[in-house]
Amino acid sequence: MQNMLNIADHTFDSRLFLGTGKFNSAQSMCQAIDASRTQMVTVALKRIDLDSHNDDILEHIQRKAVRLLPNTAGARNAKEAVLAAQLAREALQTNWIKLEIHPDPRYLLPDPIETLLACEILAKDGFIVLPYIHADPVLCKRLEEVGTSAVMPLGSPIGSNSGLKTLDFLRIIIEQSTIPVIVDAGIGSPSDAALAMEIGADAVLVNTAIASSSNPALIADAFAMATIAGRKGFEAGLAPRYNKAVASSPFTKFLQQITP
Amino acid sequence: MERTFNDILDKYEWEDVKEKLAKITKDDVVNALRKDKRSLTDFLALISPVAAPYIETMAAMSSELTAQRFGKNIQLYAPLYLSNECNNICTYCGFSVDNGIRRRTLSPPEIMIEAQTVRSMGFQHILLVSGEATQKVGVDYFIKAARQISDVFPQISIEVQPLDQDDYHRLSEVNVNAVLVYQETYHRQAYKTYHPKGKKSNFDYRLQTPDRIGKAGIHKVGLGVLLGLEDWRIDSFFTALHIEYLQQTYWRTKYAVSFPRLRPAAGAAKPNFDMSERDLVQLICAYRLWHPDLELSLSTREHEAFRDHAPLFGITSMSAASKTNPGGYSVEPQSLEQFEISDERSVEVIIQKIRDAGYQPVWKDWQPEYANAPLHT
Repeated sequence: MQNMLNIADHTFDSRLFLGTGKFNSAQSMCQAIDASRTQMVTVALKRIDLDSHNDDILEHIQRKAVRLLPNTAGARNAKEAVLAAQLAREALQTNWIKLEIHPDPRYLLPDPIETLLACEILAKDGFIVLPYIHADPVLCKRLEEVGTSAVMPLGSPIGSNSGLKTLDFLRIIIEQSTIPVIVDAGIGSPSDAALAMEIGADAVLVNTAIASSSNPALIADAFAMATIAGRKGFEAGLAPRYNKAVASSPFTKFLQQITP
Repeated sequence: MERTFNDILDKYEWEDVKEKLAKITKDDVVNALRKDKRSLTDFLALISPVAAPYIETMAAMSSELTAQRFGKNIQLYAPLYLSNECNNICTYCGFSVDNGIRRRTLSPPEIMIEAQTVRSMGFQHILLVSGEATQKVGVDYFIKAARQISDVFPQISIEVQPLDQDDYHRLSEVNVNAVLVYQETYHRQAYKTYHPKGKKSNFDYRLQTPDRIGKAGIHKVGLGVLLGLEDWRIDSFFTALHIEYLQQTYWRTKYAVSFPRLRPAAGAAKPNFDMSERDLVQLICAYRLWHPDLELSLSTREHEAFRDHAPLFGITSMSAASKTNPGGYSVEPQSLEQFEISDERSVEVIIQKIRDAGYQPVWKDWQPEYANAPLHT
């Protein structure tokens, strides 16, 4: 039995979280959610029709036994993100928020300064905050200090499917963190997810690689299996790697000659 | 003195770009296609006649990049024409002051009726449009209109005359999310001929409008040229140059490109430069290959079959069931339109076509709370 993942006071069996953007229909999104066995999905507040009671995305998600994690995509600074989080809490009856502040609309790279500010405000206001950030170990510790419930460092630019370009920094973050580390953006293939889990990430969040696939349900299943496989590998402990065969002691052989 | 796009444009001569375009070889095109990141020179290669035989390859690459970046989604919006009053002479436009059409400016109750009609069709993103008659239809009128409909539409864009920086700031405070302003042509001399009278005849003031919008902190700027006025290839090169400058300068702003192709309008002249549908596909794909993150928008000027295929090769946003006359949705459906609509199908039919193509129509992709906070906390 694998160890469970705890975020705030909530326990998750599955360590794979899903994004809900980019699907070509609500139906394909639902099939992917089912196949992934995920227990938490994130939805951009800006995509939800809060006035209507039959919002297409929301209606489908709320019928499933998954936790809804609203996100603040679209916010350019702390003030906008805080407003959005408060609105989401009121409208969707959840104090969980995925904090996304990317003032740069091209690469959607997170603003560390505004994120730290918003995190502090929201944590004090009782939110369970999961911030999307650069793979910056110092920022992760600073976020921990202001009361964030998990950190979500990126593997590579969002939507790029480029894998774990930030691998070395993710290792440091995982080593130092006392709160769950969820690798968020850039995971393009099941093997990327497995690698993230093998190095000790607590969970991964995948969107583009599943939503843009020609078979979202099948790839979602593959991601689910890879996440489990990677986690088991981590828990079992990976055998150390050697780049070459162990040399026949060229440096210490002399000891045999001088000591009988 | 602060830098504006004038400083960049002044370094270029129309004829030099034309010459550069004429010298593009097959190798230039193939190299451009092979790259991961493409420069402005690559963009020029991809819109050149030499690249025309590569249109299928370009479309396939564009399709993939678009799906990766935007998902299989198409954003939908509708224009709401507030007024056809105009003090400009634009030789190609149905609203031109020398055109003997009946002028109409919607009153606040009429704006509300039109807005509710558009909302009942399903739209949550509205584009407010007017001619240029600043005395009657100025920034105060637009602010009032935007405020009035802010409960009806989460996303409000505007396409009106160029305004001052303060005006744009005031518009952002009433949740205006995007401003569309088309240069029409970057050919300075030709611009004067097409716009002989009115405030619009001031090329430089129009050219610097995206700078003012950027400084005011508006979230999104839409650019474009009137395709068919001058050589569309050269005008599109300058549009791309403009976008590149803006992205570096106002990096928090999102950019969109529209593709208004000259269509017949009452009392207006025929286009000078012909642009075929094939050319238009090539241009759209070239923009996508150049900058995968650009929003690319298509109006109902284009005909049905073209629009049904547009999501597949790179378009990310479309209007539907549009009326281009003030009051056209319900107040006064019979009045004269600014340009002829080619795709007159209902919203329901268009949505079905989008779904049939394997794409999801997106009605809402904005939260008004994001519109008016200052840029720095």
